[in-house]
Amino acid sequence: MVGIPTLPRRYHSASIWALYGIGLCPALWYFYLAATGGLGFNPVKEFEHLLGIWALRFIIATLAITPLRDLLGINWVRYRRALGLLAFYYVLMHFTVYALLDLRLDLGAVGGDIAKRPYITIGFACLLLLIPLAVTSNNWSIRKLQQGWNRLHKLIYLIAAGGAFHYVLAVKSVTFVPFIHVALIALLIAYRPLRRPILNWKRGKPKMAQATR
Amino acid sequence: MAAYRPLHIPTSEITPREIYMSRRSFLGTAAAGLMLAGSGSALAAPLTASPSAFKVDEPLTPKEAVTTYNNFYEFGVNKEDPSQNAGAFKPTPWSVKVEGMVGKPKEFGLDELMKMQLEERTYRLRCVEGWSMVIPWIGFPLSALLDQVEPLGSAKYVAFETVVRPEEMPGQSGFFQPLPWPYIEGLRLDEARHPLTILAVGLYGETLPNQNGAPIRLVVPWKYGFKSIKSIVKISLVEKQPETTWKNANAREYGFYSNVNPAVDHPRWSQATEQRIGEGGFFGAARRPTLPFNGYADEVASLYSGMDLKANY
Repeated sequence: MVGIPTLPRRYHSASIWALYGIGLCPALWYFYLAATGGLGFNPVKEFEHLLGIWALRFIIATLAITPLRDLLGINWVRYRRALGLLAFYYVLMHFTVYALLDLRLDLGAVGGDIAKRPYITIGFACLLLLIPLAVTSNNWSIRKLQQGWNRLHKLIYLIAAGGAFHYVLAVKSVTFVPFIHVALIALLIAYRPLRRPILNWKRGKPKMAQATR
Repeated sequence: MAAYRPLHIPTSEITPREIYMSRRSFLGTAAAGLMLAGSGSALAAPLTASPSAFKVDEPLTPKEAVTTYNNFYEFGVNKEDPSQNAGAFKPTPWSVKVEGMVGKPKEFGLDELMKMQLEERTYRLRCVEGWSMVIPWIGFPLSALLDQVEPLGSAKYVAFETVVRPEEMPGQSGFFQPLPWPYIEGLRLDEARHPLTILAVGLYGETLPNQNGAPIRLVVPWKYGFKSIKSIVKISLVEKQPETTWKNANAREYGFYSNVNPAVDHPRWSQATEQRIGEGGFFGAARRPTLPFNGYADEVASLYSGMDLKANY
């Protein structure tokens, strides 16, 4: 449908590993900047925020795989597991930096934040919900859980909504960058219930065209 | 670009014309270089001020941090935006209108304001976001200005307003305006008259860089930083508590008083501790406890005696 050349099958697994490598680059790069004074005068907060934003970006990429295939005929399903896991790694790093570098492992403060501050409660819940998805992101689990796997992994929509809400609540005012991320997540979630009708319509169209002939 | 000079230059300081002209061509290149680098550091002019007893005995926050880590939404919402986007802002000519319930309303020109008895005041600054700095301001007590306009007995509050110049302040134009303009703030008259409350015209021995609120801004050290309104064009004495920008944006989170108070959390985060900017770096960024009234309780707590500070946040 779209002029993207198909990658020969023999490069598929290499390209997935490359995606892991490339996906971790932002974290490494920002870590390097933060450690060498390149992230400004509040490097911990800056690093923490960047990791959170990149986690949302990987969630957006994960959710975009299905509509890309449905609407544009680009089949990147083979990359979805890597994108989802990258999102999980970034959420985990985001939380680790917050607990370790920002709050200096003051577990009382971390617990207090999680209990008292809705946006941190939501963010932490999203991290917890990502764990079963990450743990079952292997072929063995897919075979073992069968239909249950699909149902379990629908959780990503709840996590995406939670992540977006966490972001909106965390900023002082919703400006352009938060808006774009949240709008993309809203669009991708909204696509889910529309998917069936859209696919039916796409399949039905050629038949109707024939019928009128 | 971001430069302006104080108005009283002794003849001894006047530079011969040929040096002045070569300096100008140097500045042209330097300014272009600065714009390319996006550093936006102001070509500020030196200011002289008498030392003051109001001095915090803590290490100063490095000047580079004070002038590049800013919240000044008129120039953008990110910390580095003001220093990068304030280059086109023109702090001269400037005047501040003082009006409302006063016996002698008056428009002060910048030259007049720079002629006030300037003092250096080293204050803590605590941002509502949970970070802090120690800044050597240069300014004069707001009360000295208020005295000149003779507030009427009916005046109970002071309202402040920031300039609106979308063509010079990129944060004031385009989609997704973070706040409505002009930025407005207010104080109770006794807070405004308190000796700690100053109008600052400089920092670190020089005129204010644009990103720090040039040419004149309020500094109220016992309140969260957003109360210390920047680039002021209007001061009105009023009878009723004035509206303030952040309270209008979210009254549950930002109150009129906004006194620094570790015991009253922001609804979304704790105010018990703060990150001192420029200290510790990435791995050793230690948070320090936040002090009631930002450490100025001895001076200002009496202003609020009998008030419920949890209700009047």
